[in-house]
Amino acid sequence: MKGGKKRIFFCAVVGVVTALSAPVALATDITGAGSTFAYPIFSKWADAYKTRTGAGVNYQSMGSGGGIKQIKAGTVTFGASDAPLKPEVLEKYGLVQWPQIIGGVVPVVNIKGIKPGELRIDGATLAKIYLGDITRWSDAAIQKLNPKVRLPDQSIIVVYRADGSGTTFNFTRYLSAVSSVWSEQVGTGTAVQWPAGIGAKGNEAVANQTAYINGSIGYLEYAYVLQNHMTYLQMVNKDGYTVSPGIGAFQSAAAHADWKHAKDYDLTLGNQPGEASWPIVAATFVIMHKQADDAAAVHQALSFFDWAFHHGQKMAEATDYVPLPADVVELIDATWAGQIKDKSGAFLWK
Amino acid sequence: MKGREQRPDYGSFTVLKKGGVLSKVADSPVPGMTHELSTQTFRQHAFLDALLHNLTRVSAIIVLLLLGGVIASLIYGSMPSIRAFGFGFITSEQWNPVRDAYGALPAIYGTLVTSAVAMLIGVPVSLGIAIFITELCPSWLKQPISTAIELLAGIPSIIFGIWGFFTFAPLMQRYVQPWLISTFHGVPLVSSLFAGPPYGIGLLTAGLILSVMVLPFITSITRDVFETVPPVLKEAAYGMGCTTWEVIRNIVLPYTRTGVVGGVMLGLGRALGETMAVTFVIGNAHKIATSVLAPGTTISASIANEFNEASSDLYTSALIELGLILFVITFIVLAIARLLLLRLERRDKV
Amino acid sequence: MDRASTLMYRRRRMRNRLVLVLSIAAAVSGLIWLVAILAELVWRGAAGLNLQVFTQMTPPPGSDTGGILNALLGSAVLTLIGTLIGTPIGILAGTYLAEYGRGSKLSSVVRFINDVLLSAPSIVIGLFVYQIVVTSMGHFSAWAGAVALALLVIPVVVRTTENMLKLVPNQLREAASALGAPRWIMISQVVYRAARAGVITGVLLAVARISGETAPLLFTALNNQFWSTDLNQPMANLPVMIYRFALSPYPYWQQLAWTAALVITAAILLLNVVARSLIRTKG
Repeated sequence: MKGGKKRIFFCAVVGVVTALSAPVALATDITGAGSTFAYPIFSKWADAYKTRTGAGVNYQSMGSGGGIKQIKAGTVTFGASDAPLKPEVLEKYGLVQWPQIIGGVVPVVNIKGIKPGELRIDGATLAKIYLGDITRWSDAAIQKLNPKVRLPDQSIIVVYRADGSGTTFNFTRYLSAVSSVWSEQVGTGTAVQWPAGIGAKGNEAVANQTAYINGSIGYLEYAYVLQNHMTYLQMVNKDGYTVSPGIGAFQSAAAHADWKHAKDYDLTLGNQPGEASWPIVAATFVIMHKQADDAAAVHQALSFFDWAFHHGQKMAEATDYVPLPADVVELIDATWAGQIKDKSGAFLWK
Repeated sequence: MKGREQRPDYGSFTVLKKGGVLSKVADSPVPGMTHELSTQTFRQHAFLDALLHNLTRVSAIIVLLLLGGVIASLIYGSMPSIRAFGFGFITSEQWNPVRDAYGALPAIYGTLVTSAVAMLIGVPVSLGIAIFITELCPSWLKQPISTAIELLAGIPSIIFGIWGFFTFAPLMQRYVQPWLISTFHGVPLVSSLFAGPPYGIGLLTAGLILSVMVLPFITSITRDVFETVPPVLKEAAYGMGCTTWEVIRNIVLPYTRTGVVGGVMLGLGRALGETMAVTFVIGNAHKIATSVLAPGTTISASIANEFNEASSDLYTSALIELGLILFVITFIVLAIARLLLLRLERRDKV
Repeated sequence: MDRASTLMYRRRRMRNRLVLVLSIAAAVSGLIWLVAILAELVWRGAAGLNLQVFTQMTPPPGSDTGGILNALLGSAVLTLIGTLIGTPIGILAGTYLAEYGRGSKLSSVVRFINDVLLSAPSIVIGLFVYQIVVTSMGHFSAWAGAVALALLVIPVVVRTTENMLKLVPNQLREAASALGAPRWIMISQVVYRAARAGVITGVLLAVARISGETAPLLFTALNNQFWSTDLNQPMANLPVMIYRFALSPYPYWQQLAWTAALVITAAILLLNVVARSLIRTKG
């Protein structure tokens, strides 16, 4: 290239790179990461919020474990996790958490000829399947629960979450509650040592694997079940009633929650009594730092969640998530006002 | 003067001393070229010479530092895990994020098995293609086929991943795996190799996809190396009445042995480190199973799946130690490959 | 001919024919994979090709409109910056190996190390950049992604630059020296110009390589739902987008993943073809 052209080219490249380095000075874009459980509703909210205010909430669904790790490291503005953090952990890292949305975890299957809601299962049998003790669909225990259904003599292919997941946390918490064998051998956690099956990454991949593999069983957040027309199972709850998943069943379980007296909002919403209660219900928690390094970003995040509380309920209900009741929202508002400070020590949220 | 006018004007080198006095130093070898060189220019040239020399030398050293940096950062990141598990990390089969206990054996096993499958299938096929291109193929077809095989190398690995997940794995699940299971059912030793429910994904599927990916590497090196065989040797063999296969087996292969092995090891290096193609179809199970139809994991798939979500520092460190192990394995394989190819080059130069 | 030798002759002929058939089968099967993958890619990807794919951003899940524009931009930016950082270092190091260091101990070590880096698993490079850049910056960013890509560019460019420069005949160098050219002029004006096509080919091949890399971006540049030109933030890019979208259960996202895969593969194959034709025409 001739000298003059070369120089122009070089200047153009430098100019482009410099322009790209300048951060956008308009409405702050914020980053969040975590739960795939809440991803469908979070991204819907983010989309609507962007149309309304121009501010972008870039939420990366990498699993609750990832959200916890990233917010601890401070690489994102907020983390989202279906597994609440213990008070000691919150203390240690200077974090505050609150429930943002409630949803249900639903077991799904892929068996030829079985329609959604046709099959039902109880906690003990589900635990046995995931322990690898029950390996075929024609097993007596499953047949006993479903006398009218013809089950094929097919291998059960167990699908679990390969990544650190709050959905797993709530699922294993439920299994630990209904099966002492599970509680001893495997336990509760965002990632556990699964005795059987194959791992899929994210609620998304569990949905995919279960849809693709014949004879498989998996567990999903209900929004994914609806979205992909999956074959869900009915469950037998604590009081012995058979329930189908749905917003009514989730609300019934959530109604028993006593948020006021739960330290750091940590409650078990699973395995609740009640005629209509769905056994595996969970809340997704948003986690942020008490000390705001970037006040604008933190304020933007709180505005987003505030908007979601007051204006996002219809969207949530449309995908069978349960929005938090108004009195809990007030409690959360007080938490924000009382705990989140900016660099100078003044409270950020009025 | 007479003498001067008869001689052609060669021009001259003149030196401009500081005071501006001209004095002729030498005759220029090129007619008509006159140079005026000042000591200043000499110094400038000397400076720029040294500059370029040092710039290039620094860049070469940067390459060295990069490798050193990679190894150093891997070791630094693995220290917590090395301290916690010691050598037992390599022999332990557990992978329990709840109890923070990790072992690399399933990942190492998966890496080795998938690469072994890839080599077992890929090497003969690559040799076959190389033989075809060099010995059997009409000359007008040589270039197109070579280009086609090289295009295979250009396809990004994530394409192999999604193709594997959406097309190849269902094929395996519906046809190939059931056939394998039923064919080898009951055969004494081999049946355990092909046992288990037909997941579709798993070690075998990952190995097969890897074999397609290493094909172009091994083929192009083998083809290049085959073409270095002196025609004299081959003609002599043909002249004695050897068939094509006998020439290949007895003349070409022994002659190119070093290069072929070098190419194979290069392909092996690629198979060991491949991430995206394997992540989609490996099944993410930290378990060792005798059956190749079972799900498993490889080192790179484990890191890709779990790094962002690793909730504890020990978990992250265990993953980095996995990376270190992978790097050491590939380093050894590549070192052997390079040394072999170097020996071949040196022999050719002689 | 006696019985035994006829038999042996026939056996040899059969073995030969078997090998012939097997090698044709091998060639055909190799081509079948290529055709099968490309055909599926084109078939599934083209189904989603329309104008909005190139003019709109990545949509939220469950929507049935949207495109890949932010990912296209992000990939272009990351590739460009990665190449800009890696190419100068690569060319200079290759120049050292070819011009200054022929036969020296340092250059044989560097050449060996370079080849190791060339074939090193890209996920390990990603881990390295995470520890160096992401943890020190405190967050994911496009810069981290670009650095990771640059580290992949360097070995490719070093290798091709060295090979191309070595191909330049020594007579050119000697002629330049004899004319009194200092070394830096000889290298920059004579040798570089002679090897220009080859060096550019090397850069193009490196670009083709990094455009499709996913693993190093997974924990450096991450991904971004929105249009972003901020290099200090995560940046959308095609490979990670394809990875996320393909594994999702949303049909439109899966369609976008295939279309993006088609776009990326077409671009890379085109680059490869252009690069190779450059070598061939300039010789």
